[in-house]
Amino acid sequence: MFQSPLRNPLIKGQKTYRDVTTQILDPLLSKPGKFWYMGITLSGGAMLFGLFMIFWTIWQGIGTWGENRTVGWAVEITTFVWWIGIGHAGTFISAILLLFRQRWRNSINRSAEAMTLIAVMCAALFPLIHLGRPLLTFFIFPYPNTRQLWVNFNSPLVWDVFAISTYFTVSLIFWYVGLIPDIATLRDKLTKGIKKSIYSFLSFSWTGSARDWHRHEITSIMLAAIATPLVLSVHSIVSMDFATSILPGWHTTIFPPYFVAGAIFSGFAMVLTLLIVARKAMNLEDFITVDHVENMNKILIATGSIVGLAYMTELFMAWYSGVQYEHFALMNRVKGPYAWAYWIMMICNIGSAQLLWIKKIRTSLLATFILSITVNIGMWFERFVIIVTSLHRDFLPSSWTMYKPTIVEYGLVIGTISIFFTMFLLFIRIFPVISISEEKSILKIERACAGRKHDNHE
Amino acid sequence: MKRYRKDIESGQKDQSRELHHDPGPGSDTLSEILNVTGKEMNASRRDFLKLCGFSLAAVTLASCKSRISKAIPYIIAPVEITPGQPLLYASSYMNGSDYCSVIVRTRDGRPIKIEGNPLSAMTRGGTTARVQASVLDLYDSARFICPLKDGTPVEWSLADEEIISGLNKIVSEKGSIVLLTPTVYSPSTEAVIEGFLKKFPGSEWVMYDAISASGMLEANKASFGRQAIPDFRFEKADVIVSFGADFLGTWLSPVEYTKQFASRRDPEKDMNFLVQIESGLSLTGCNADRRIQAKPSQEYSILLNIYSEIVLAAGGTDIKAPPCPVDVKWIVQKLVSAKGRSLVISGSNAVNNQLLVNEINILLGNIGNTILFDSFLRTRRAIDSQMENLVERMAGGRVGALIVWNSNPAYTWYDRNAFTEALKKVELTVSISGTPDETNELVKYICPDNHYLESWNDAEPKKDLFSLMQPAIRPVFNTRQMAESILKWTGSSVEYYDFIKTYWSGRMMTRQKEYSDPVLFFDNTLQKGVFEPDDKIASPLSASNKPESSNFNASLEPVGNGGSESEFEVVLYEPVAMGEGRQANNPWLQELPDPVARICWDNFASVSVKQANENNLAEGDVIELDVLNLPVHLQPGQAYGTVSLALGYGRRRCGVVGEGVGIDVTQLASFENGTVIYSGRKVNILKKGENYILAQTQTHHSMEGRALVREAGLDEFKNNPAAGNELHEYFKGEERNLYPEREYPHHHWGMAVDLSKCTGCGNCVVACQAENNIPVVGKEEVYRVHEMHWMRIDRYFSGDDMDPEVVFQPVLCQHCQNAPCENVCPVAATNHSSEGLNQMIYNRCFGTRYCNNNCPYKVRRFNWFNYTEAGTLGGNLRDAAGMTGDLRRMVLNPDVTVRAQGVIEKCSFCIQRIQAAKLKAKTEDRALMRDEIKTACSQSCPADAIIFGDMNDTESELFRLIGSGRRYRLLEELYTRPSVNYLTKIRNRIS
Repeated sequence: MFQSPLRNPLIKGQKTYRDVTTQILDPLLSKPGKFWYMGITLSGGAMLFGLFMIFWTIWQGIGTWGENRTVGWAVEITTFVWWIGIGHAGTFISAILLLFRQRWRNSINRSAEAMTLIAVMCAALFPLIHLGRPLLTFFIFPYPNTRQLWVNFNSPLVWDVFAISTYFTVSLIFWYVGLIPDIATLRDKLTKGIKKSIYSFLSFSWTGSARDWHRHEITSIMLAAIATPLVLSVHSIVSMDFATSILPGWHTTIFPPYFVAGAIFSGFAMVLTLLIVARKAMNLEDFITVDHVENMNKILIATGSIVGLAYMTELFMAWYSGVQYEHFALMNRVKGPYAWAYWIMMICNIGSAQLLWIKKIRTSLLATFILSITVNIGMWFERFVIIVTSLHRDFLPSSWTMYKPTIVEYGLVIGTISIFFTMFLLFIRIFPVISISEEKSILKIERACAGRKHDNHE
Repeated sequence: MKRYRKDIESGQKDQSRELHHDPGPGSDTLSEILNVTGKEMNASRRDFLKLCGFSLAAVTLASCKSRISKAIPYIIAPVEITPGQPLLYASSYMNGSDYCSVIVRTRDGRPIKIEGNPLSAMTRGGTTARVQASVLDLYDSARFICPLKDGTPVEWSLADEEIISGLNKIVSEKGSIVLLTPTVYSPSTEAVIEGFLKKFPGSEWVMYDAISASGMLEANKASFGRQAIPDFRFEKADVIVSFGADFLGTWLSPVEYTKQFASRRDPEKDMNFLVQIESGLSLTGCNADRRIQAKPSQEYSILLNIYSEIVLAAGGTDIKAPPCPVDVKWIVQKLVSAKGRSLVISGSNAVNNQLLVNEINILLGNIGNTILFDSFLRTRRAIDSQMENLVERMAGGRVGALIVWNSNPAYTWYDRNAFTEALKKVELTVSISGTPDETNELVKYICPDNHYLESWNDAEPKKDLFSLMQPAIRPVFNTRQMAESILKWTGSSVEYYDFIKTYWSGRMMTRQKEYSDPVLFFDNTLQKGVFEPDDKIASPLSASNKPESSNFNASLEPVGNGGSESEFEVVLYEPVAMGEGRQANNPWLQELPDPVARICWDNFASVSVKQANENNLAEGDVIELDVLNLPVHLQPGQAYGTVSLALGYGRRRCGVVGEGVGIDVTQLASFENGTVIYSGRKVNILKKGENYILAQTQTHHSMEGRALVREAGLDEFKNNPAAGNELHEYFKGEERNLYPEREYPHHHWGMAVDLSKCTGCGNCVVACQAENNIPVVGKEEVYRVHEMHWMRIDRYFSGDDMDPEVVFQPVLCQHCQNAPCENVCPVAATNHSSEGLNQMIYNRCFGTRYCNNNCPYKVRRFNWFNYTEAGTLGGNLRDAAGMTGDLRRMVLNPDVTVRAQGVIEKCSFCIQRIQAAKLKAKTEDRALMRDEIKTACSQSCPADAIIFGDMNDTESELFRLIGSGRRYRLLEELYTRPSVNYLTKIRNRIS
C-alpha cells in the first residue's frame, strides 16, 4: 500500500473494496449485541421519563418549571441553544470540509450529519413546549388567513423559525443524497424480504451508472455550497434572540461570531464523544483513526480559543463601555450567586481547549473522550450563564430573584439527551454509519498504486 | 353636583305596582340560585348559565330596588338599568372602626368595585386597601347563609321567638342582658339600641374595640374634660412628631390623615416636617423626614424630656426629667418654632403617655389649631375597662344574656381564655355576625348580619358629619341586618329602612334649609352619600378646661423596669392589610404584601438586622417567643432590642382562606392601668432549629446606586427645581429612533406619579386587582415568584441597615413609546395603539415570555398555571384561594377579560374605562372632558399621588406636571420613552 511521506493513511489495514463494504455493513446485517440492547433500554427508559415531563408541562403549565416573573427563560432555552450548537458540527464537517477538500472527513461525515439532524430535532422540541399555549404554535407561521393576522418580522423568534427550519431541511436533503449510493449497496446486499423492498424504495432506483454518479456528485457539491452559509447563519440568528434585546449581558454585537464558534466547538466535542465509543463498539477503528481524532481536536483548539477570546472581550467591553448595567451584569456573572456556573463554564471551555495543545492529550482517546464531555458540559453552562444570570438581576433590583430548576426541567434535559442517544442507536442499525461510497474514494489499495507514483487526493 | 344614586322608589312610584313580595327564607337568594350546600359551590357551567338566565334578573332587580322587600318585575323595564352599563351607588363602608364614604359600582346587579366618594369631607375620595377589598367579602362563601341554633339551620321566626322568650325570661329573673358591639357610630343604630335597652330593663350596652383608643380617650377626659378623639388636622401642622402612631397606615382614620398629610408634601407649597419615633418600621416611619428608633419603654421618658425642654423654653422651671435615650433638643426647637402649627401624637394606649402628649400640645398651643374638639372622631369610643369589667361579671355568672355583634373577643381580647371560660357561664348567647369567627363558634344562636353592601344604614363617623349606607344588592343569603334584628327583638314592627327615614326626617331635617320635603331631603342625601348639617354645633373647650389652666404633674417614674439586655420588648401593631383580622378570609388582602416587609400570607417577628446577626438568626428562622413560635424577618430600621409582631393573623375560624395563616399574637398584649397595652412586654427569644418559608414579593432591597427613585432635599429643591434629577437633562438630547416617530393625533394617555406624596399604602394594588380581575395565586406561588399584581410598589432601603431611609415607587406598565416588548413578540400580540397605549392581545398571545424578558421594568405577568379556569385543558386548576367558585366569581369585572393559562398580562391603563368614557362622549356627541377618565389606581389614591390624563391636553394637570423640573422617567437611559412619569421625591431634610 502506498504510504504518504506526509501523513498516515486515512484508512488503516490492508483493505479491499469488499472489505470496506463488509466491515461497514456488518453491524447492520448482524444481530445487535448486548451492549446495544443495554444502551437502547437505558436511553429509551430515560426518554420515557422525558416524554412524561413534556406531557406534564403541557398539561399543568409552565409553572411546573422553576421559571418566574423575572427569569422567563432558563433551562429550556439553554438546552435549546445547546442542541442547536451541537447540530453545527455535522454540517460543518460535511459541507465546509467537503468544499475545502478535506477528505479525512469522509469517514465521519455521515454520523456527524445524522447527529446534526437528531440534535436539531431535540432542539426544536424546546421552543414548542416552552410556549404558554403550545396548541397555538401555528401562530408563528405567516400563513394567509381571513383575519389578516401576520407575524411580527421584527422579532428574532420569527427569524429563528425560518433559520432552523431551512437548516434542518437542507441538512436532511444533503444527508439523504449522500446516503443514496449506500442504500443501494444495502439493497443489493439483501436478498429478500420487506427490508429489501424498503431499501429498494429509499435508494431511488440507484443503478450506479456514470450518469447517476455524475448527478450525485454535482448535487452534493451544490448542496454543500448551500449548506455552508447556513452553518454560519443559524447560530447567528439564534444569538440574535439575545443580541437584539436590551438586556445587559444579552445586548452584545459580538454574539453572532461568538455563538457560531461556540457551536462548532460543542458540535465537534459531541462528534468526538459519539465516535470514540462507536469506533470501538462497531469495530471501525480502521476507518476512524487516531488521526481523525487529532484533526478534530485541532478544530477544538481553534474554536475553543475563539470562545475564550469572546469571554475576555465581553469582560473588557463591560468595563470599557462604562455602562453601569453592563458592568454589573458581567460582574454578577463572575462574583454573583451564579458564579459557580460561570466558573464551570470558564474552566470547562477554556481549560479543555488549551489542554489540547499537548500532543499526548490530543492523541489520547481516553483524554479526548473526557475532554469532549467536559466541553459539552461547559457549553451547556455557557448558555445557562448567558440566559439565567442576565435575567435574574436586570435593571430594577426590586425584581431581582433567583432561579432554581425543578425536577420537570431536569427531566426535559435528560429526556432530550436520551432521545438523542435513542435515535442515534436506531440510526446505526438502519443506515451505514460511515459513508461506504465516499470511503472507497479514499481507499488506496496495492493494486491500484502498483508501480507508479500517485498523488494524494487530499 | 355629581349625583350617584338614583332612588327608584321616588322615580317609579307612580308607574310601578309595588308588588309586595315577601321572599320566604332563602327563596330567590343567590345562595339558592347557586345551590349552595356547603363550602363547595360550583354549579356546572350549563346549570349556571341556565340559572343565570332566570335568576340573575332577580339579583339585578335586587340592586335596582330601593327597598329590600319590594321587587319590581322586569316587565316594567327599570329606566336606569341598561345591560352592560354600570350603576353607581353612594354608600358608606363601615366595618368595626374602619369607615369610608364610598361609591359602589354595580354591573348587571352585582357590586364589583368600590371607589371613594369625593363628596365626603372626611375621606375625600380616598380609600384603603381594606375598603377596596371589602367588595370581595360580599362574595365570601364562608358567610353564614341562614340563622343557626347550636350549629343547625333554623327559620328566622323560630330563632326570633326563642331569643325573645329567652330575653324576657332573663328580665323576669332580674338578670342582666349585655349587648356587646364595637363602637357604633350610626345614629339610627344607636337609637335602635337605646330602644332595646329601654325595652329590656337591666340590659346594658358595652362597646369594645379590638384595637382601642382607650388610653387617649381617658387622657383627654382628664386633660380636657372630653372623652373624645379630637379632630387632628395634619394639613395645618408644619411639624408633626408622632410616637409610634401609624397615621398613614392604620391609626384611627388613615384615609383622612393621608389626604391631609399628602396635601402638605408638595415641595412647591409649604412642606410639613414629620418626625416619627417608633420601634418597628411602620408605613408612617417610612415616610418620615426623620425617624428615631426607641423601645416602647423609652417612649415615656422621651416624652418627658420633650415636655421638660418645652417648659424650659417657655421659661418654666426644670422638672428634672430622667436621662433621655435620644437627642430631643432639635425636636423641641422645631416644635417651639412652629407653635400652634405643630402636632404631637402617640399611638400608645397608655393613659400616662397620652396625658403627657396632651400637655405638650397644650404648651405648644396646638389645641384649637391642629387639634380641634369642635368635631371629634366617633369611630373609636370604647373603653377597655368596661370590657374587662364585663368579662369579670360574665365569669361571676352575673350576665344572663350576651348578644355579640361584629365583635370577636374570643380572638381579639388579650385574655381570650378568660373570655371563653366566662362565656360558658352566660345562659343565653347570641351572635349577630355575618361570618364565622372564634366567638360565634361558642354561642347558641347565630343571627347572621348582612354585608354592608346589602344594608341600609347611616353613619356619623365624625361629629356633625353624616353619611348614608344603602344596599347595592339584595341579600345574597338569608341574612338580616343587625339593627333589623334588634328592632325585631325589641318588638317593633318598623323596618329599619323606615326607622332611618323617620329618624332623618325627624332629627336631620331641621338641621338643613335646602329641602323642605323630607322625602326629597333623604333622597338627595342618598344620592350624594354624605350630609353636613348647616347648624354645626361648635363646641370649643369650656372655660373650666382651658388648656392654659392645666395643672399637670408629670410622673417622673420611668415606665417599664429595665430588664436584662437579652430581653426583647414586644411591639404589637396593626398591619396595613389585615388590620385587626376582620377580613382575614379575604384573598386580596392576604396577598397584598406588607408595605414595608413585602411579605404576604403571613405575619412574622421583625427583629433588627444587627441583633439577628448577634443571635445568629437568618430570615425565616423559627424562634420561640414566650409560648409562640414565629418565623423571623430581618427588618432594617427595627429598633435594637425590640421585636414587632402583627396582629390580625392566626385566625382559627374565619373561612378556608384565612384559617391558619400566620400566628395569633394577641395574647402578648396585657391589661395595665385600665387599658390594653400592646407594647413593651419583655420576652426572651430562643432560636429553634427550623426554618419557615416567608413569601416575599421583593427580595432585594437596595437600589444598587441606580437612579431609580430620584430624590433631593427641600433646600436643594428650592435652589433648583430639578435637583436630584440631573440625569434627566443629561439624557434629553439622546432621543433618536430608527423607526419613524409615532404620532398621537388625538389622545396620548399618560400618568404622573408623585413620589413625594406616595406613602406606599397599597390601596392602588388592590384597586387594580379588583378592577382588572387579577388572579390570586396563594402563598406557595408568591414564594415561587409567580405573583400576578399588575401594579406593585417597589420599596428600597438606603443607608445603614439600622437606620435606613425608605422610598416607595409604584411600578406599573410604563406604556413605552419605544417599547422593547413590542419588537420582540413573534406574533405581534403586544402592540402600540394610536393613543400611546401598549396593548396586550390575550387571544393572540401564545406565551413565549420574550416580552417579559425584554421588559426592563418587569411589569409583565405570565399565567404560569390555570389560575382562573379560563381556556384550559381541564383538570389542572390551581386556585389557592377559591377565587373560581361561582360566588367569588360574581366580583369579576365583565369589562375585563379573564386571562387563560399561558398568556402574558399586564397593566392596560384601565383601557376599559378609557373606551367606556370615549363611547359615552361619542353617544352624547361631545368631546371627552378633562379628567373624565381615571384609572383604578389613581381614582382612589388617598394621597392623590397618581395622576392620569391626556398628555396632548396642554391644560391638564398631567401636562403641567410633565413640565415640572421634578419629572423623570424610569430608566430613561434605555430610551424606551415611557408614558409613565415620576416626580422626584423631595424630603424635608433638616437644614
